[in-house]
Amino acid sequence: MLQPSMASVPAIAVEGLRVRRGGTEVLHSLSFSVERGSVTGLLGPSGCGKSTLMRSMVGVQIVESGRVEVLGEPAGSRSLRSRAGYLTQAPSVYGDLTVRENLHFFGRVLGVGQGRTDEVIETVALEPHADRVVSNLSGGQRARVSLATAMLGEPEVLVLDEPTVGLDPLLRRDLWATFSKLAAAGATLLVSSHVMEEAEHCDELLLMRDGRLLATETPDGLRRRTGRRQLDEAFLALIEAGHLA
Amino acid sequence: MSLRVSSAVGLRVLTQLRRDPRTIVLMLGVSPFLLTLLRGAFDQDPVAFQKVGGPLVGLFPFTTMFVVTSITMLRERTTGTLERLMTLPLAKLDLLFGYGIAFALVGIAQAAIAAAVAFGPLGLEVAGSTWVVVALAVGNALLGMSLGLFVSAFARTEFQAVQFMPAIVFPQLLLCGLFVARDQMVGVLQILSDAMPLTYAFDALARVTTDGSLGARGALDVAVVTASIVLLLGLGAVTLRRRTP
Repeated sequence: MLQPSMASVPAIAVEGLRVRRGGTEVLHSLSFSVERGSVTGLLGPSGCGKSTLMRSMVGVQIVESGRVEVLGEPAGSRSLRSRAGYLTQAPSVYGDLTVRENLHFFGRVLGVGQGRTDEVIETVALEPHADRVVSNLSGGQRARVSLATAMLGEPEVLVLDEPTVGLDPLLRRDLWATFSKLAAAGATLLVSSHVMEEAEHCDELLLMRDGRLLATETPDGLRRRTGRRQLDEAFLALIEAGHLA
Repeated sequence: MSLRVSSAVGLRVLTQLRRDPRTIVLMLGVSPFLLTLLRGAFDQDPVAFQKVGGPLVGLFPFTTMFVVTSITMLRERTTGTLERLMTLPLAKLDLLFGYGIAFALVGIAQAAIAAAVAFGPLGLEVAGSTWVVVALAVGNALLGMSLGLFVSAFARTEFQAVQFMPAIVFPQLLLCGLFVARDQMVGVLQILSDAMPLTYAFDALARVTTDGSLGARGALDVAVVTASIVLLLGLGAVTLRRRTP
């Protein structure tokens, strides 16, 4: 159980985050926080800085200035390495190992047992392919191996960079259900996507464009604010309103 | 540092190698093949074969491990698995020791096969113990591995990594005393040769081949090679950054 004092600390707190890559500023002073036990969608067009922001949260991005805290500790702290899981945008697993061998390896690093390995293989529906070499799998299947790896250690915070891109609609629905279930059990998920329809599955939305945060809203809040029913139209309305202002 | 994590890394590297039988055959088969060619080429000059054969048995693992390690580590960097590992509870030393365990085992196999062929059918004889030659060969495998780990940080592509072989390994082979006695080289080259770890690796092997024992100078050689391995692993650890631009 969380201590009362800890429960009030947000899962992720970002303040004045600036990141420079290759001489240009790609994140311009972002500030927001993410509550525990929720699924937050990070949405925006590709190239708007979502991946850079996510990299900052898991402590692999060199940041220019600002504060990024996860579970009350600076991002990338040693103690966070077994409490926060990260899915990179491109699948980062070993192509010359089987699905099971990949998960066993990462499982040993995390100190989790083989039973857990079987569980996550089931979660991403890869049981029929568990003993196939990853380089022989399709792109979507490879992405699922990578996702299974991120979930392996049952982390309190999961940072997932486009986990559902290119997946079968049925599987996508199941994965979103899994994300909700994890959040209901107390985990915090930050899930990025460039497809607005995915926003529907989130409790909270962070809408990004050109390295800036346009809005932090619930899906319903966004509808009310823009007067549009479709979330992609709402996002468009938000951008246009931003230009007029 | 954790034995669980380093052995997980070692096991993983060996499993990856096992998936690639052609590489295994090349790693284990090329040295005996080259020694056989050399034996044939020196058919009219058996004395010369006896002189260079012993040192070559001990130097082949250095070159092989250099290439294999630099490519494996470069892949780890370019496929994103290194970035993922850096977000996990894994110390940089765990990773380096894991590689060390795996490649030392491969080095033992490689040196044993090369020695069995050279000292058996090829009729190579050394004044000292063949076991000492094999032990030095394993040490040189580790030297090649640590040098490969370090320089892989300076290659962006596999093309570049492969070119480090002629750029970094060949000068050491040319100046180590194998082709021309070091005291016959011009001063500048002698100084260069003094600064190259392979010079000491060769000197130790040459002593076992001709004098029969390492002696005090040979012990110093072993100490220099050991110190080089530790230094290169340390430098390698510095190039493994948790945070990147």
